Amino acid sequence: MCRLSAITSGEYISPMENVLSLETMKEGHDGSGMGLILKDLGGEFESFKKYPILSGICSKSGMKELDNFMSASGFKSVHSWHPKIKPVTGVKVRDCYFANVYDYPDEFQDKSTTEKEALLLDIRLKLRAMGQEDESIIVFSFYPDILTLKEVGDPIQLSEFFGLDQSSLKAKIILAQGRQNTNYAINLYACHPFFIQGYGSMTNGENTAFVPIREYLTSRGLPGYIGYNSDSEVFTHILHYTNKVLGYPLKYYKDVITPLKKEEIEDRPDKDFAMYMKMCLRFLCIDGPNCVIGFTPDGHCFMVQDAKKLRPGVVGGVPGKYALVSEQCGLNSAISERDPSTDIYPMRYDMVIVSPQAKEVRVWNQLQGWTKTMN
Amino acid sequence: MEPAARLDQNHELTLKDFPYIIRWRSDRCKRCGRCTAVCPMLAITPSVTAKRTVGSFGPVPNPKVERSVETVVKQSSNIANYCTGCATCSLVCPNEAIEPELNPTHKFLTLKNTGGHPYTRGGRRNDPLVSTLDRLKFTRISMLTDPALDAGRHEFRIRTYLGRILPPDELPVTVSDGNVAMDKNSKIFIPPVREIYPVMIGSMSVGALSPTMWEGLAMGITYLNEVEHMPVVMCSGEGGMPLRLLKSRFIKYFIPQIASGYFGWDEIIRAIPHMVEDPCAIEIKYGQGAKPGDGGLLMGHKVLKLISEIRGVPIGVDLPSPPTHQTKYSIEEAVAKMIQSMYMAWGFRVPVYPKISGSKTAKSVLNNLVRNPYAAALSIDGEDGGTGAAYNVSMDKMGHPIASNIRDCYLDLVKAGKQNEIPLIAAGGVGKKGNLAANAASLIMLGASAVSIGKYMMQGAAGCLGDENNRCNVCNIGRCPRGITTQDPKLYRRLDSEKVAERVVEIYKSLDVELKKIFAPLGRSTELPIGMSDAISADDPAIAERLGISYVC
Repeated sequence: MCRLSAITSGEYISPMENVLSLETMKEGHDGSGMGLILKDLGGEFESFKKYPILSGICSKSGMKELDNFMSASGFKSVHSWHPKIKPVTGVKVRDCYFANVYDYPDEFQDKSTTEKEALLLDIRLKLRAMGQEDESIIVFSFYPDILTLKEVGDPIQLSEFFGLDQSSLKAKIILAQGRQNTNYAINLYACHPFFIQGYGSMTNGENTAFVPIREYLTSRGLPGYIGYNSDSEVFTHILHYTNKVLGYPLKYYKDVITPLKKEEIEDRPDKDFAMYMKMCLRFLCIDGPNCVIGFTPDGHCFMVQDAKKLRPGVVGGVPGKYALVSEQCGLNSAISERDPSTDIYPMRYDMVIVSPQAKEVRVWNQLQGWTKTMN
Repeated sequence: MEPAARLDQNHELTLKDFPYIIRWRSDRCKRCGRCTAVCPMLAITPSVTAKRTVGSFGPVPNPKVERSVETVVKQSSNIANYCTGCATCSLVCPNEAIEPELNPTHKFLTLKNTGGHPYTRGGRRNDPLVSTLDRLKFTRISMLTDPALDAGRHEFRIRTYLGRILPPDELPVTVSDGNVAMDKNSKIFIPPVREIYPVMIGSMSVGALSPTMWEGLAMGITYLNEVEHMPVVMCSGEGGMPLRLLKSRFIKYFIPQIASGYFGWDEIIRAIPHMVEDPCAIEIKYGQGAKPGDGGLLMGHKVLKLISEIRGVPIGVDLPSPPTHQTKYSIEEAVAKMIQSMYMAWGFRVPVYPKISGSKTAKSVLNNLVRNPYAAALSIDGEDGGTGAAYNVSMDKMGHPIASNIRDCYLDLVKAGKQNEIPLIAAGGVGKKGNLAANAASLIMLGASAVSIGKYMMQGAAGCLGDENNRCNVCNIGRCPRGITTQDPKLYRRLDSEKVAERVVEIYKSLDVELKKIFAPLGRSTELPIGMSDAISADDPAIAERLGISYVC
């Protein structure tokens, strides 16, 4: 059962805060991987917010291939970041870890955001396909103001390995997951958090409804709904599908993945829609046990539980800085100055949503509507 | 020279030619005659035999011959009076003196065509081998990485939908203030959908079934809905329904069926203005799994007063439904006209779906239905389905097994991204060996949204004697020894509809528990695990490969 640590803040923070938070929950991950997604970047990336950042890992030959492909596609390199690797026992060093900032091809400069997003997704998928066989190119995200870092190992070891404690790498939203591998082969594409077109999420738990969900998503005819080396990747794509493709407000994500019973829907003000949505998105119901933590392109962060509430999860903090983590010890590590009595433990009907810049926390309850606010 | 045939009875059959041989014990028999009275086939008759015994009594040998006449129970050697193995004789025998015994080396099928009439019967495909569904098991057990659920304590929602479901991107909605609502001004037709229990009782008509049997099923269904709050529904089969049921509020638990004979539909249409509730759905029967490509048939001796009134036909005439709806010569016509006409009859408030026989062409039918905005579902009835009357060859040799048929159709829907738009209903041999919950769950995991059962209910709720060794299977001649498929009051009075209803409820309640016992270890409780093919495996590599599931050994 993996451990999750997400921090959203009004100020730039270091990913070390998440790593140390994961360290306190060490019994829940086995060193089979750590993933980090940084959104709303500071430090050396602060001035490149409108440019897409390609994050990934390459072999030497893969890097050449990637560079050739990017320039052939019309992308112009603006900035490049490489972590200062410090070899650590137990972590296999790969050739090149990178986060490259690009400017769009000329013909895309004046295109709409939607068209630009489609291009970035297309490029990411092509690069992924190019390196799929020999793992010469592994790409995690290609999107403005998003940086992703993943590797197999223990979070503390990996933070040393990537030199995160010395790095100027900072962001306002950081998702980190310490993995407990439940697959035999450790594949970096199976490492959380997952990302698609501005949406990121990570999960702990097992998705028992994985196959029907995967079949449903892959049959939507939308590019990007591929991969699924981890059963948890579907949670990110369900979020993308419901919020971006269908345009449902974020709170409905909870209704999609944990639909209410017919008789429970009867008391909802939006019962006609809620009932039909339950039917028409039946295949996207998760059946747990899962805790999902994620963010949307506009900077909202959230935590939801499966309908059986079989995974831990707690949200707490102070105005301007909130953490969404698996366990209270992780929260103590991330934000020790908070009042623990205000911590929120979302239960089966709850969805905790933290607003951008960590200004406000609200709890959406499927039966009672908005029930609690912290600000 | 005169032939000797008559002398040595060379053209008579031996009992070894018959499928069942009566084992009668003279020493136990009290000659009460009950067995010969109840035999639906007149396969046994009271008879007499001449008996010659030689005895010696006294101190010295003194053999004496005694001649006497003994009353016996004799098995007929006439093929028309073959023993069906129903064992009603053993049921009524006070001394356990008689029972039929299966004769595995019989030559019945080579002989049962006298007068040039092929063998006709009721029942199902006579194949006692283990079915594909019983070769499947549930292998994805939640262990440690995720907890198995507690079937006894967790809340399970075992429900499914009957009706066409619009895809989310076609749903007319408006978003305002962070809320989504249905767009009331939209002109987009939103088809009606029912939430039902995923195992329904399949189409068996009033006529094929006796009044007590059908009434028992109907009462059981109603009790399940009203008292147990299990939304189990039942299809009427062809031939209409009792008028007072049509006009009652209970009609919402029933699915009237229209088939190519249109029997009963005059009465149904006349009842529409008086209906206080809509029916659950309407089923259009294009085919039946047990006798695919063949029409329905209700023999004249079953068409008595009640049936003639319900069906709107004279008493005592054979009622054959043609193999196809005679007014429809193409699928687009059938789909467009038939489905839409039936929708119109109830003001587009009632889902209408076709039922077909399992067939290699099922995918083509489905393909057409997918593109029709009204088709509410597709019901596919596999070759192991049952019937009240058919030619033996139709039952034994025609048709398509349900497992691969439903799987192919589901995967086609997945390919088209339509898996949640048209529910697939699977039928035909569900619970053939008694494993109702396991078979139903397997079909759901292969892609069915719902499962239909018929024979299982007859056996479980009313003790139907039929099996795959051709036991009984005389549903077609109106002499059902259990009173299930007969219109003869002397026979159907044997069946207590209250008891049938009670058994229906018991079966469904235990089915519900067993389904939970299957779903709980798989970690599924919120929604039906439709298409959860990673949870099932086959013990045969060829089956596994064909169904696209894993093979385990």
